[in-house]
Amino acid sequence: MNELVFFINNVVIAGCVAGSIYAIGAVGVTLIFSIMRFAHFAHGDMMTFGAFMVLLLTTLFPQAGAAIGIPTPLIMLPFAMALTAVLAVGIDRAFYKPLRAHGVKPIVMVIASLGVTLMLQGLIRLFAGTGGESLYVDDRKEIFRIPLPIEGVRVPVVITEPQIYLFALTLISVVALHFFLSRSRLGKAMRAMSDNPALAQASGINTNTIVAVTWVIAGGLAAIAGTLLSLDVTFKPDLSFFLLLPIFAAAIVGGVGHPYGAIAGGFVVGFAETLAVFNWGILLRPFRDSLPEWLAQAGNLAFVGTEYKIVVPFFILVAILVWRPTGIFKGKVI
Amino acid sequence: MSAIIDVRHVNKAFGGLKVINDCSLQVEEGSITGLIGPNGAGKSTLFNIIAGALPLDTGQILFDGEDITNRPADQLFHKGLLRTFQIAHEFSNLTALENLMMVPPKQAGENLFATWLKPGEVRREEAEVRRRALEVIDFVGLHHVRNELAGNLSGGQKKLLELGRTMMTDAKVVLLDEIAAGVNRTLLGDLVGNIERLNREMGYTFLVIEHDMDMIARLCDPVIVLAQGSVMVEGTIEEIQNNPEVIEAYFGSPAA
Repeated sequence: MNELVFFINNVVIAGCVAGSIYAIGAVGVTLIFSIMRFAHFAHGDMMTFGAFMVLLLTTLFPQAGAAIGIPTPLIMLPFAMALTAVLAVGIDRAFYKPLRAHGVKPIVMVIASLGVTLMLQGLIRLFAGTGGESLYVDDRKEIFRIPLPIEGVRVPVVITEPQIYLFALTLISVVALHFFLSRSRLGKAMRAMSDNPALAQASGINTNTIVAVTWVIAGGLAAIAGTLLSLDVTFKPDLSFFLLLPIFAAAIVGGVGHPYGAIAGGFVVGFAETLAVFNWGILLRPFRDSLPEWLAQAGNLAFVGTEYKIVVPFFILVAILVWRPTGIFKGKVI
Repeated sequence: MSAIIDVRHVNKAFGGLKVINDCSLQVEEGSITGLIGPNGAGKSTLFNIIAGALPLDTGQILFDGEDITNRPADQLFHKGLLRTFQIAHEFSNLTALENLMMVPPKQAGENLFATWLKPGEVRREEAEVRRRALEVIDFVGLHHVRNELAGNLSGGQKKLLELGRTMMTDAKVVLLDEIAAGVNRTLLGDLVGNIERLNREMGYTFLVIEHDMDMIARLCDPVIVLAQGSVMVEGTIEEIQNNPEVIEAYFGSPAA
């Protein structure tokens, strides 16, 4: 049973953590794609920017959280979301909108977003330095050890405070997004525009508004994902940049342009990663006596070493695309 | 009668190619005006300019006395200037009926709070919109495919759906871009009848681009002939058909 708890800690919880972050990131990428039809490579650094804003605000007002009783970074999150949304709309106005007005090919937009990502990363480095910083400036990171009431189980289930917030915020974001897209005027207009932009405009939908709304949502979600990631580990200027590829893998696996697909894709990629690096030998330990010797003696039975974790999303990506070329959910429109 | 659409000295070039050349024309309120001309005459370009899908280079367009030059299509929609597309557009993931039901603007069900706080109103309104959409879908003869995904309809059926779309709001002017292309002959008769009925009973003004001369002859008065980006002649269909200039523009000059 101790082995099973170990499995829960290392696969179930870790997979949910990675999956949630990938899912929120991938939803932003997929929404941008469905409206503007290009892969937004600067998304990772928009996430970092959101986390950086939280860090900045938390450093400025480290006591704010104590008054209410929740960690300061979470109080600052809505402000950081707003600031990141403003940044996203600003970037669009300054860089992408002029290109769109010229009717450039999507690949030009992709390269432009690559330029934006380098620029953002440089700016964040300039102000935040290159080292890691904890977002818990003045608070203490709680770690909950939950012992299981089963005889013989000594290992507790370990979950940290930021992980609980992560799960809760992911759930809230997903539900809010669902209601926004299915029930609100703007959400429906977004779906119409992703299906057929010319007809949407001829049906009285202001496409400039929809583009701006898309950036606001994508920026807000990016800030959530970046902040939750930095809470779980520490803030670093290149933190989310390295998540960019798994996030794109998640968006593509789920079906590009499909937000529910992106959520599913995020969890598929997250769990695939943790399952692949998990040492399965641990689960076999209780049966050591009845196993053939070569299997019982094997030290590490992980599919791939931790160093090769980044390979996993792409293996999944290729495998799923061969099986279903449009992703798990049929992608393209919201 | 007064001009509801007034195109004044419009010019438009794509690169070095001058497509619309000092074009001026009026569409009278309550008329079904035909717009014909040989390929490359600039009909569709002019249509797109009026409908707000393309910016013009110089000139002015008035709609009901108001300057609408370079206004985006969504604003024109709210003013009652609607268009159909030459290549039919549809929301492919919605059914034919849903495509019509989404057209009326500002429905209560589109408001996140109203769906929770005023479910009765939302239901009532949706039932009303559905009733109207069903009427329209009967009107354009698509009743049997109303629950099919619009993306799966045939080209001709999509064209009829386009016409239906324009009937879901209180349009003043509808720009019909080759509505007959790809629609079979029997349906075409209904279509002409329906357009006439909309014009007579609902007071819609139509501006029609059409290659099908039969349809132009049955439907349109007056007819405007466009050639090389400007108006060549305007008159009744008989006048047009007997005009030597028009014959030359369509068939080339008679061999000397």
